[in-house]
Amino acid sequence: MKRKLNFELIVGLSLIGFVSLIAIISLFYTPYDPNAMDIANKLKPPSTVHLLGTDQFGRDVLSRMMVGSQVVLLVGFSTVLISLIIGGLLGILAGFYGGIVDTLIMKLIEIKMAFPGTLLALMLIAIWGPSVSMIILALSIMNMPRFTRVVRSGYLQYKNATFVEAAQVLGLSNTRIMLIHILPNLSSSIYVTAALAFASAILSEAGLSYLGLGLQPPLASWGKMLNEAQPYMIQSPFLAIIPGIMITLIVLGFNLLADGLRKNRV
Amino acid sequence: MRKLFALMMSCIIVFSVGCSSNAGGDQAAPNGTANEPVSGGIVRTTMPSEPDNLDPYLSAASDTDAVMNNVFEGLMRFDENGEILPQLATSYTISDDSLTYTFDIRTDVTFHNGDPMTIEDVLYSYKTLAGLNGMEILSSKFKLVKAIEKVDEDTLTFTLSEPSSAFLSTLVEPVVPADYMQQSSSPVGTGPFTFKSYVPGQKIVLDRNDTYYDTNRMAKIDQIEFRIMTDENSILMALKSGDLDIAQVLSMSVPALEKDFNITSFPQNMVQIFALNLDKKPFDDVRVRQAINYAIDKDLIIEGVVGGYGTKLYTNASPVMSFWYNDLSQNEPYPYNVEKAKALLAEAGYKDGFETTIKVPSNYQTHVDTAQVLADMLSKVGITLNIELIEWGQWLETVYTGGNYDTTLVGLSGKLEPHEVFLRYESTYPKNFYHLRSPEYDAILEQAITETDAPKRAALYKQAQQFLADEAVAVYIMDPHLILASKPNLKGYTPYPAPYFDATKLFYVGE
Repeated sequence: MKRKLNFELIVGLSLIGFVSLIAIISLFYTPYDPNAMDIANKLKPPSTVHLLGTDQFGRDVLSRMMVGSQVVLLVGFSTVLISLIIGGLLGILAGFYGGIVDTLIMKLIEIKMAFPGTLLALMLIAIWGPSVSMIILALSIMNMPRFTRVVRSGYLQYKNATFVEAAQVLGLSNTRIMLIHILPNLSSSIYVTAALAFASAILSEAGLSYLGLGLQPPLASWGKMLNEAQPYMIQSPFLAIIPGIMITLIVLGFNLLADGLRKNRV
Repeated sequence: MRKLFALMMSCIIVFSVGCSSNAGGDQAAPNGTANEPVSGGIVRTTMPSEPDNLDPYLSAASDTDAVMNNVFEGLMRFDENGEILPQLATSYTISDDSLTYTFDIRTDVTFHNGDPMTIEDVLYSYKTLAGLNGMEILSSKFKLVKAIEKVDEDTLTFTLSEPSSAFLSTLVEPVVPADYMQQSSSPVGTGPFTFKSYVPGQKIVLDRNDTYYDTNRMAKIDQIEFRIMTDENSILMALKSGDLDIAQVLSMSVPALEKDFNITSFPQNMVQIFALNLDKKPFDDVRVRQAINYAIDKDLIIEGVVGGYGTKLYTNASPVMSFWYNDLSQNEPYPYNVEKAKALLAEAGYKDGFETTIKVPSNYQTHVDTAQVLADMLSKVGITLNIELIEWGQWLETVYTGGNYDTTLVGLSGKLEPHEVFLRYESTYPKNFYHLRSPEYDAILEQAITETDAPKRAALYKQAQQFLADEAVAVYIMDPHLILASKPNLKGYTPYPAPYFDATKLFYVGE
């Protein structure tokens, strides 16, 4: 299979690259301390002193936006990683063994699918209090089923294939067949699913933070910035526009990446 | 031909738009000549939460009181200065030993259901509240009442078990018709407004009581609607589209409303405090508490959090309660001074500061914002303040009732009766979540409650305020103002130091 870069892939990757670059830079440098207040200069529009203006406490919006990208990427990566490992493993077991194992796992997944994701997140956060790790946990549970389904259907397709039968005849262990012989065939559909899950996780985090269930103040994330900007929409619209644009860019980036990967596969 | 058609169409559009805005906006106000008060009209305003119970004896929420005080009245009432005046009583006398109160009641009062108010209704009402009807006591404020007796058809006496200067203010509690059991569904009182309807989740509607006995307090408007609205943006939109005539708004909405509405703001007799748990180290050390007081710039908080709409406080009292307020502004106990704060911390053994947590109720944006500014200010003297947002119910349980916290931030709603305010710091008070245990303070309060001479009593409460300031029991930040946006032709809103949206004083002027 020949891999070619297509338009979606290029744009998607550059958007993701742009945000990642901001996150990396913010680890070492931000123009101001993102939590330092200067109430005398609150709600200032963009200027040469504060490139993206200041918020309701006079904090530098550019610095907060930069630091916020760390949270966005952290939540995205951790969510995808956790839901991929757990969801994927369940999918392998269900697809490869079939029968009662398959029925049990798929019923479990269906129960999860019938349960609204935001409600689940709300429940977890209500019990254990809002924090980054709780958001990651909630979003991982929300995103797990999509991996289970993709992986399971892949295993259903391959488990009776000739190369698998050959491996079984050679006496290889089931674990070896599952992980080394079948899994690589599914890599491209897993990549696509992961990119979509990444986009959805970022959007959900922004949603939860917007509802005030995300990070504890004064930490910044883009959803949190949107939440804080809302009361000042009429006075200082740029406060809401900036995190809004950033969320759009990164989500668009991952969606384009998923599209690009899918096109590449065909 | 085509041009003519276009012209016609645009005429129709303009005309219909004009009509609809008319229907939406101005229908509530009656017509009249310029700036002359006109009687009648409907006023639509907001209330921030669902009423907990329409029965005044079962309701505990101050938002509900603010509405239902238009419907119910007691023997006494409070005016806009917090003074206690006779309402359903015509006069009263207090015996020399301060234990017996004798009231003459009005004889010209009828309930909203048409029945005349008699001495039996008054007896029934207060006996029910005081638990002298063979039932459980309904209001702990009445626990000192030993007996309520009828003297003749328009006189009754209250006998107390010990003198209490706070007693008169408890008679603000309303008189209700004897043995009327439907208060929760269709409330019946004696007030200037009658209850019309309550649609859960939407509104409470009150009509003017046309047969009200007190001509001075007769309402001018025909009807008032309290829409149950919590979301600031929907209130803003409703004001702009003409669906509300007067509403309480947040400071950040002011710029959007200034042009078309009258903006007025008043202190609301609330004390926003940054409370420090005196049972926890290092807050048991008065020097640490004083250092924190010095480290906080209250003016900057008022500017940053409520856009300047706040009154700076120095102790647990708002200047609204002028009679017993101890004005410390001339001799500010802890003016903003970072150096002094650092010195005091070093003296107390915390040269490098310390780390602590603030529990903030997450539904109050003002407190959440204030906490962030506090964290920033305290970081300048080396104190790390971690913010923990908790849900209101959880706050009530762990902090208010449980007293389990390091520091917290909350608004204490003001009371008319100073004793109810300062009682919160008494050693034996179950919800003394500051954990102040001072025999000296308790003695001042003990003396104040038995003192019936008003100026002497006020002096004692001033002494209590001074004590709280000297001991730096908490950081008393501000009284956040109530900001009201009203249509320019709606006048007469009067603020009260207690929960009461007085609809009797509102009136429209002609445009």
